[in-house]
Amino acid sequence: MADKNGFFDLSKTTLSRRTALKGMAAGAGLALAPGFVRYSQAQSSAPIKIGFQSHRTGIGAAYGRWYEKTSAAAVKAINDAGGIGGRKVELVIEDDGTDPARGAEVVGKFAKQHKTDIVFGTLFSHVVIGSAPAAGENKIPYFVVSEGHHVASTKLNRYVFQPGITDVKSQIKSMAPWIAANAGKKVTQIFPDFAFGYDHRDYLPPALKAQGADVIAQIAIPPTESSFTKYFPQIPAETEVIYHVMVGPAVLTFVKELGEFYGSQRPQLFGFMDSLEAVDINSPGLEFLDGSHFWEGSPRYAQPDDSAAQQAYRAAVGIDDNGAAVGDPKDVSTASHMFGCWETLYVVKKAMEDAGYKGPEDRAKLVEATEALKEFAEGPEHPQGPKTFNGKIHQCFGIQNISKVEGGKLKVVHKTKIEDGLYEPEGDYTTQAL
Amino acid sequence: MHFGPHLLLAALEGLVTSAVLALTALGLSLVFGVMRIVNVAHGEFFMLGAVLAWAISTAISGHPAVGFVAALVIAPLLVGLVAFLAEWLVLRRLNYNPESTIVATIGMLYIIQQLALTFYGPEARPVEPPFSYRILLPWFGYSGYKLSVVAASAILLVLTWLVLTRTRIGLIMRATQYDRETAQAFGIPVERIYAGVFAVGAMLAAIAAVLIVPISQAHYLMGQDPLLLSFIVVIIGGLGSLRGTVVAAILIGLADGIVSMFFSPTLAKIIATLVVAMVLVFRPQGLFGTTQR
Repeated sequence: MADKNGFFDLSKTTLSRRTALKGMAAGAGLALAPGFVRYSQAQSSAPIKIGFQSHRTGIGAAYGRWYEKTSAAAVKAINDAGGIGGRKVELVIEDDGTDPARGAEVVGKFAKQHKTDIVFGTLFSHVVIGSAPAAGENKIPYFVVSEGHHVASTKLNRYVFQPGITDVKSQIKSMAPWIAANAGKKVTQIFPDFAFGYDHRDYLPPALKAQGADVIAQIAIPPTESSFTKYFPQIPAETEVIYHVMVGPAVLTFVKELGEFYGSQRPQLFGFMDSLEAVDINSPGLEFLDGSHFWEGSPRYAQPDDSAAQQAYRAAVGIDDNGAAVGDPKDVSTASHMFGCWETLYVVKKAMEDAGYKGPEDRAKLVEATEALKEFAEGPEHPQGPKTFNGKIHQCFGIQNISKVEGGKLKVVHKTKIEDGLYEPEGDYTTQAL
Repeated sequence: MHFGPHLLLAALEGLVTSAVLALTALGLSLVFGVMRIVNVAHGEFFMLGAVLAWAISTAISGHPAVGFVAALVIAPLLVGLVAFLAEWLVLRRLNYNPESTIVATIGMLYIIQQLALTFYGPEARPVEPPFSYRILLPWFGYSGYKLSVVAASAILLVLTWLVLTRTRIGLIMRATQYDRETAQAFGIPVERIYAGVFAVGAMLAAIAAVLIVPISQAHYLMGQDPLLLSFIVVIIGGLGSLRGTVVAAILIGLADGIVSMFFSPTLAKIIATLVVAMVLVFRPQGLFGTTQR
């Protein structure tokens, strides 16, 4: 390749004193920039640093933004009330691109470079599964807000916790009786073709079977798919309920195309809110959803019986009665999941204070203190509702909401009980060495 | 569902894919044919078209059709302007060197994508279709808008073909494609032609995006799939051959629709990639391409 402009010809450039000085100044600036600071041993007054593995880019970006907003609000609330054990809390945010390989790198970066006390905040299950080994190797506690069953399956490692949001297996078990009794007995499932979807694929059929209902077809759709009509002919004609759970940027297309395909002659629909997180339910083409039902972790729309804690939480995070950002009705939140960030940070606070946590040398103590937790009472720290925690499988269990789309809003019509979603533990993390 | 209606639905879906793909790939093929530049940022011009369509249609109130038509006119013009500037600021400075321009357009890809993320955000946002007529067939319903996309795309393809074969500017473009130096010797302002072609290529992608955005949504990562498929189409059809591009787009679109409906979408992608490999092995110039002199 011809180098006509001489970009690569070193003989043309001479290093002047001024250039050299500039270079040195830039180098010094870099050394002072965040991430290059040499950390002193954590003093009792130094802030507690929480490494936030955020989906800032990639298919999880809409979730990532709201996870950041919620976590920032929780950290502010914790700091205003005196921090954790009298120390301020600080979030260090790194983007994982919603990518498992980068997720693992980010965990390593938190452990070795930022030297954060814990890692926190991951949603997408493939990123959690990809990052968990890095957390185990670096022996850094990893608090995820992912909803997947992978933590509770005890197939990850002792450093991974999910204390802020119920896992899919439990959600399904608690809601199956309602689906079988109210929606229909012949169910067709549509789910994304990766880890999170597989939880639904594996746990819905047995849960429905126990209620006398059947899954008659299972349709897996690649998470990057952008057009869905081609999958709909696989839905058997005798289907009474379509159970849909989709993620990623194309969720709106999915629901719209389902509407075009069926029109008003549709089977019952039961969806996971994941199919419409961050999407305005009144978007053009979604009229079709009127009268259908959704699982919601925490209700998007303010409900008449909201507790004072729920109202305070919504105000702190900055969402209005329709679950959109205050001042921007088009900026719809991921309300069904992001409460988990708020609650997880309060669990971290409780566990750190119980453990007398001083710094990274106490990480093992923090793991044991978290495992010792039993239940979280409903209140400002746990606005979604009461929860129990199983320290052996590192998973919490809470209530679930089933909401109906009515007049362009979601109205909670059924709340499950914690006991509805309990299942036999599949293993025990506490037997693993720290 | 019975075989007949099933096949009909598969073919309809395939046609919509083909229509959008043909427009997008035509832009890529045109830029390669005339300028000999592999434009890796082509998918981002597509994305930019969709994002601008959202911005324009939300800025204009009233009937959705008004906003949509405005977007259909303004968004491609803006994208063309961006491409024109990119050509002038970057590609021209590299003397259209094939290797350097690949690297430069990869750079453009990331710059455009990250700017979209910064200023538009990570959400997928919908654009309301100009009309929402649902065609009711005995077995299933189908979006009337989707069929209108096929028609619009066919009209645009014919228009492009007419411009290239029946107008003076088309003649000049073909002359530049045929032999750059001789064209220059005959007084054709090759650099201006290049800038124009690069802008038109991007505009074709932008038009395709505006047409598709009421069906799928505007999202900052939406340029990746069309780029990949466009490359597949252009390689099968023959780089620089417009006829080949259109034929390959219809072939790939229909095959994708039918295979992914009767078997699986993954198999459709496997077959498309396999076809590319076979074409490269047995007919490297593509189905309709001519060997380079």
